[in-house]
Formats: sequence, C-alpha cells, structure tokens
Amino acid sequence: MDYLLTEEQKMIKELAHKIAEEKIRPVAAKYDLTEEFPWDVMKVAGESDMFGLFIPEEYGGMGVNVLNLCLATEEFSRACGGIAVCYAASALGTFPIVLFGNDQQKKKYLPDLAKGKKIAAFGLTEPEAGSDAASIKTTAVKKGDHYILNGMKHFITNGGDAETYTVVAMTDKNKGARGASAFIVEKGTPGFTFGKKEEKLGIRASSTRELVFNDCKVPAENLLAKEGMGFIVTMKTFDMSRPGVAAQALGIAQGAMECAAKYARQRVQFGKPISSFQGIQWMLADMATEVEAARALVYACARAIDAGCKDVGRDSAMAKLFASDVAMKVSTDAIQILGGYGYMKDYPAEKYMRDAKITQIYEGTNQIQRNIIGLQLIKDMAK
Amino acid sequence: MNIIVCIKQVPETTEVRINPETNTLIRDGVKSIINPFDMYAIEEAVRLKERFGGKVSVVTMGPPQAECALREAISMGADDGFLVCDRAFAGSDTWATSYTLAGAIRKIGVFDLIICGKQASDGDTAQVGPGIATHLDIPQVTYVKKIEEAGEKSMRVERMLEEGFEIIETPLPALITVVKEINDPRIPSLKGMMRAKSAKITMLGQKELNLNTTKIGLCGSPTQVVKIFTPPQRQGGQMLQGETAEAAKQLVGLIKDEVN
Repeated sequence: MDYLLTEEQKMIKELAHKIAEEKIRPVAAKYDLTEEFPWDVMKVAGESDMFGLFIPEEYGGMGVNVLNLCLATEEFSRACGGIAVCYAASALGTFPIVLFGNDQQKKKYLPDLAKGKKIAAFGLTEPEAGSDAASIKTTAVKKGDHYILNGMKHFITNGGDAETYTVVAMTDKNKGARGASAFIVEKGTPGFTFGKKEEKLGIRASSTRELVFNDCKVPAENLLAKEGMGFIVTMKTFDMSRPGVAAQALGIAQGAMECAAKYARQRVQFGKPISSFQGIQWMLADMATEVEAARALVYACARAIDAGCKDVGRDSAMAKLFASDVAMKVSTDAIQILGGYGYMKDYPAEKYMRDAKITQIYEGTNQIQRNIIGLQLIKDMAK
Repeated sequence: MNIIVCIKQVPETTEVRINPETNTLIRDGVKSIINPFDMYAIEEAVRLKERFGGKVSVVTMGPPQAECALREAISMGADDGFLVCDRAFAGSDTWATSYTLAGAIRKIGVFDLIICGKQASDGDTAQVGPGIATHLDIPQVTYVKKIEEAGEKSMRVERMLEEGFEIIETPLPALITVVKEINDPRIPSLKGMMRAKSAKITMLGQKELNLNTTKIGLCGSPTQVVKIFTPPQRQGGQMLQGETAEAAKQLVGLIKDEVN
C-alpha cells in the first residue's frame, strides 16, 4: 500500500533497509545466540544519522519525527527485533531530555546521543512496580546541591550498555503519583552499579539489566523539569515512544510473513509448491492483511503525533496493542507454514515468534493499553 | 589533499543478457549501481580527506542516468560531481574513454591524487585507470591494498599481487587503482544523502572540453567489439580412476596420444 511518504521519509526507509540487509541480517543469528550487545551495528546506525531521528537539529539531530523513527525501527526489526530495540530503547531514554530538558541539559547530553556515540536507557520498572508504576520504591532525597538515590530498577533495556539513563524516583512519598521526579544519571556515577543481566526468550541481542542505586549522588542540575513531574515526564515520553514499539512489532511481523511466503514457494509437497495450496494462500492473505492494517494504524498514529495533535494517548495505545498482537499471531503462523522446519533453530522462523512476544508486554502491557483505550472511549461517550 | 575519483555506473547483476543482433548488453529492467570496485575508491578518498583535509571530486563518463551514481558518491562524503556526457563520446573503447576522462580531469583542475577502482564489473579490462595516468603523464600504481603514508609530495602504498605484495613509493600527483581488500565502504549518512540530493553536478560535454574529435567516441577507439557471446559450456571431460601414480601414467599416455 502506498502511504504517500515524502521524499525524505522514503530516503530514511531506504537507508534503514540498506543497513538492515547489509549490517543487521548477517549478524542477527549470532547475536541472538551470544546475547552480545551489537555495538558494530549501533556504530553504523550512529554514523548514518539514524540516532538523530528523535533529536532536534539544533542539538545535532535530524529533527524529532516519530514517523521517521518508526520507519527506521520497522526496517531494522524486519531483520532483527533484538538489535532494533537497542536503537529504539535509546529513543525511549532520550525523549525525556528532548521533551523536558533545559537548554543546558540538552546541550550536554543530546549531541553524543544524536551520533550514537552514547546510548540512552529509561529506568522506571521495579520488582514491585511493573504495570503499577506508581508503586516505585526508589527514593531521591535532596541534600544540598545533590540528590541521593537509593533503590533498584529491573528489566531495563540497554541497562549496563547505555551511558545516559533517565531514572524515575520518589522525591516525596506523601504525594503519591505526584511525588515522583525524573533524573538524568550517567553511567559511572559513584553509587550507581548494575545487577544481573537477564537471559531472555527473545530480543536476546538487547541487554536487560538491573540498575542499583546505593547512596548514588546525582547533581541537582540533572533533575528534569521540576520535582513531582516524574510521571508526567514518563507518560509524555511513552506517548512518543509507544509507536516505536508498535513499529518494532510491525517489522517483526513483516519479516515473519516474508520468511513464510518465501518458504512456501520453495517447499514442494504432493508434487507442488505448498504456496499453490489454498489453505496456505489463505493463511498468507490473512497475515498480509493484518500486517497492512497494523502498518496503517502505526503510521497514522505517528503522523498525528508529528502534526501536534493532542490526546494521542489512545491512538498510540491502539497502535501498540494491535501491532504487537499481529506480530505474535503472524510469527506463530509463520512457524506453522514452515512446519517442522519452523520449529528448528537452524531456520529463521522461530526467532520471529520469540522476539514478537515481548512487544505484547513491555512499554505498557496490552492489558494496560486496553485500560487506556477503554477509559478514553467511555470518557468520550460521556461528552 | 585534492583527490579525484573516477567511477562507472554498471548493471547490477553479473548475469547480464546479450542482444545477439547488436552485440550489446540488454540493460532494460536491470538496476544500475556504482561499479563495486569504485565503492572502495570512493571510501578511500573520503578517508584520506578526513585524515588530511582537502576535497574529493567524483567524475564519471556515461549517459545522463549516471548522475545518480555521482550523487551516491556524494552521499558517502565526496564534495562534488562531474558528469562527462555527450553523444560524441558514445562508442568509446577503453583508450578513448581514458583520453576523454583525462581531458575532463585537466578541466576539473589541480589534483594530488586520482583513485580508480581496479576494474569495472561489466568490462573487466582494468585498462581505463592506467590509460588515464598515461594520458596525463603521471605515475600509476595498480592493485593498491593499503595506503601506508601520504604526504604533500609523495605517498607510500602496499600493492597486492598474486604471488605476494610490493611496497611502492610514488611522487604526487599520481593515479592509483584499488582492490577490495583496502577498506570497507561506509553506508551513507542521512545528512550525506540530503546533501547529495541538492548537490550541483557539473556537465562536461565536448563543448566544455574541446577534445580532439579523432580521439573520442567510436572514431577514437582502436578496438571494436565485433561479437559478444556466452562461451559454450565445458563438456564433461574424462574421469581417470585408480591410484594417483596410475592415473598420472594414464594422463601422460592420453596427452601423448593427443599430441600425435
């Protein structure tokens, strides 16, 4: 389907596709096995200005554009969802600075992030605070010109490999959700260490670690916006980054579908390629239609955000919910089409399903997305 | 350092089909790309510019569509592009091509180094680079695998040969042709691609170059393509059985029979 992309958007999609085919696809299986961080790919993405797609021009980026970010993430994910999320999660960790940083903070952190010289990460989730983000226990106590952070985050994407972290901690427990604040914390700050690296089912090239804060002294100038703005920063950040997760799911679904279609043309059973059987054609038709519908939703949502539309929360929740469910379904069907070969690690199909699953869970579970959509719908009906 | 890179736009696939009537390649439906060896030349030039400062100019002789090859080179870091294009140049063999390109290079201006890819993937002659150097009367080093040192007046390179390698020192200006072992061509950047889109490409035709008409195009080509054909597939041959010593005796016997 023609999405009437501009010349610039077509260029970004083309370049991301080139990087995916030449640099990501050849190493995807290796990184999936070894779980090493794909620094070589991040370097290429950085030098190609891909990290600039979520950073303003005046700080060394290409200008903030959510659709551009989605196009790049989708193409990378077609080749490997794990490597793609190392890139997309840097966007997640950078948005708080882009949206709420003051000029000094932007000047200090954004130029290196724009060139991919440094990677970012977002630290919110804790063992007792997943969907119930307001239950975070990490504290930040002001002492003179510093805040002292104590606590632990877990399941943090890019944890340990990123240099720049946006961390949400409670500055005033008595204020509940209004008592949280967001801070920029640099790797190497005394008192900031990393806990264990998780071994995951999928997106194995992405590193997922615990962040440990033990009397960690963070300069007061690293506070983003004001005290108490922590969850506003979080929600506005997620509004911008959620389409990116949707795009990751979309890319995985696209990759899985292409893998299945290619295989179906080659595999001969009962004297014919299985692609000539109606059953297979119907499966592929459903997969293609669902992927296209997901794409339309993701692009429309991204365009709305870029156009400055208000109340995009519901739209981006829908895009993420639908695209991730499609990715899981399509990648499962892709394995089915490859039959026994789909189950074997020697063939690329099984990786898509392993990578797809997390897109239904992180950056707000699909159950939370449904909460968001349902509540907004009821609110709208009451008008 | 002022560097000039000579590139050629070629058909993408190595499985080109040949038009039996005109003895030319059928280019319809085949994507055009920068000759793979020229990508290494562009990359090396940009690396030298990043190291020493200066300018990289890319030049190509071809039809109007070859402009996108120049823009792709600019997206990788070259500064400007020159398209040598004129009906008068059509039908050139490698001698006429190198004469024409040499003329264009004289027009482009002062340079320290010319870099070419080892050979073009469609012609495979590897003659144009050395031809240009000859026409310009400058030293040439072919099959360069590594630039060890480069200064204002000279450079030292490692030259890759089948049996080994040579270290050659050459005064500048000079021309080198490069092999793929020299580097890993970069992926263009978005900023580079945007710059390439709006970059000015200078057209150099016969009017601008004013070359000797007997030395350009078909007229200036001492060689002519008489026939292009796919060679017939090699037939099975004869398999010799037995131990090595016995098979060797058999082989010698067969060769003797053939000769007699």
